[in-house]
Amino acid sequence: MADTTVSTGTSQRSWYKRNEIAVTPWLFLIPGIIFFMVYVIIPIFQSFYYSTLSWDGLGEPQNIGMANYAELWDDDAFYTSLWNNFIWLALYLLAIPAGLFIALLLNQTIWGIRLYKSLFFFPFVISQVVVGLVFGWFYDPTFGLFNIALGAIGLGPINVLGDEAYVTYGIIAAGLWPQTAYCMILYLTGLNAVDPEQIEAARLDGAKRLKMLWYVVVPQLKPATFIAFVVTIIGALRSFDLISIMTNGGPFGSSRVLSFYMFEVALSEYGFRMGYGAAIAVVLFLIMLVFITYFLYSMYNEEKGR
Amino acid sequence: MFPTPIEKSTPGVQVAYKVMLPVALLVWLAPLLAVALFSIKPDADFTTGNYWGLPSSFEGFTNYGLVFGSDMPRYMLNSILITVPTMIGCVILSSMTGFALGIYKFKANIWVFFMFVAGNFVPFQILMVPVRDLTLDMGLYNTIPGLVLFHIAFQTGFCTLFMRNFIRALPFELVEAARVEGISEFRIFWFVIMPLMKPALAAMAVLIFTFIWNDYFWAVVLTQGVESQPVTAGITSFNAQFRAAYHLMSAGSIVAALPPVAMFFLMQKHFIAGLTLGAVK
Repeated sequence: MADTTVSTGTSQRSWYKRNEIAVTPWLFLIPGIIFFMVYVIIPIFQSFYYSTLSWDGLGEPQNIGMANYAELWDDDAFYTSLWNNFIWLALYLLAIPAGLFIALLLNQTIWGIRLYKSLFFFPFVISQVVVGLVFGWFYDPTFGLFNIALGAIGLGPINVLGDEAYVTYGIIAAGLWPQTAYCMILYLTGLNAVDPEQIEAARLDGAKRLKMLWYVVVPQLKPATFIAFVVTIIGALRSFDLISIMTNGGPFGSSRVLSFYMFEVALSEYGFRMGYGAAIAVVLFLIMLVFITYFLYSMYNEEKGR
Repeated sequence: MFPTPIEKSTPGVQVAYKVMLPVALLVWLAPLLAVALFSIKPDADFTTGNYWGLPSSFEGFTNYGLVFGSDMPRYMLNSILITVPTMIGCVILSSMTGFALGIYKFKANIWVFFMFVAGNFVPFQILMVPVRDLTLDMGLYNTIPGLVLFHIAFQTGFCTLFMRNFIRALPFELVEAARVEGISEFRIFWFVIMPLMKPALAAMAVLIFTFIWNDYFWAVVLTQGVESQPVTAGITSFNAQFRAAYHLMSAGSIVAALPPVAMFFLMQKHFIAGLTLGAVK
């Protein structure tokens, strides 16, 4: 009696029930994967295809092979943008030590420190559009605080955003403001978890200030530094809003970066050259690919270590 | 604790620290204070060159009144109509993907996960041409749903990373115990894992709100005009309309920036927990 019930029970178990643990994750993944494929992964590869076309976005696309890349090769505006991208990458990383510096400054327990921390973090919450607008005024040659400060020490006035030599640095400085705030909050969280016993032990060994920071604290902050590095690199390569708001790429295209130049080529009055824009996208993607590979490699090692 | 607590230093240093802090903060936030000051000044102050002095009269109500009398409320509404559905969509999709990748061990797990992570790292501008084309083909160009669909898809990358890492940190014994009890996998998701995910979902929702509210690039690429553009794009047309009217541009900027700021201060704990997930081992 008992035997028969059990056997009918198993045969009645549906295919799904028998494979539940293998099938369920895919049921949960399908909607997310579809969305992500359609809007992110496939478009990345489509960019490669589009970059071989001559297309205004409306008419018939024409396949022109590598002609877009050949044109890029001789395009001064492209090199300016590329070079500016490297400046962005290099200088944006200053947000990491700057963020650590402010975090160390604020890692105290005096009354009201929490409010200070929030207010120092504040710039990160604001849209880059507003940050760009505000810094545009900050640099204004007639009334900007920057030039008032320069005037006070007998210099200036400098029209930062109107001068090809300074404009990119001026915009990066504006970008560093929220980015430093982000790195600061990462380090504040990291500092919270630094092992007090190691600090005490190092203190007994006579380690002080910078030595302590470099040999005892910074190694323990490694996870925070990794995230700060990732978000800063991504932030640097995504820079668009500030450039668009503060200078619109000018003067004479000297503050463009690849992402902005691509937008200009493909979607602005400079003409609807989708193929050429896509070719710039491919170059930007290849730059990012170096970093993505490194990020994923680090994460993969981390996963294996668990 | 590092650096050494300030209480252990000399009184002189302590006083210096307490004086330095507010000064440093003022310098740090000077650009914002300037905007706040501009936003309550009368127009006349700018023509007479009184940029930084006290306002010759308090015109806060007039300026902000003008902002609310313009297209700004419509842009704000659009921003809400874009941000809130995106938040909901991301929460739904990524609690599912995060659950699948965080709980189940299968061969492709790490590769699916890396697909989401790698996609999320991409400078999103490179998606511009194909995504704009796709949105046009679907007839969703210059509509709010067109923008929402893209945002949901792109943010799913970040949210999956976030939820998956959070779920990984939960005690797996809970799932094992439930399985021993014969509870179905769907019920494990809904009744065991979901309740534990609430803080993570809150943190994620706040972050998504801020990211999407502050998005400018996709607003410009996928929409145009007051019927669908969010406030970040709206502020630029507002500024074009009131060029050199610094008092109005300031007031407009403050209005546009306020919702994420309010969100941050109200949900600070979640916000920071979300941003710094993974910063500590």
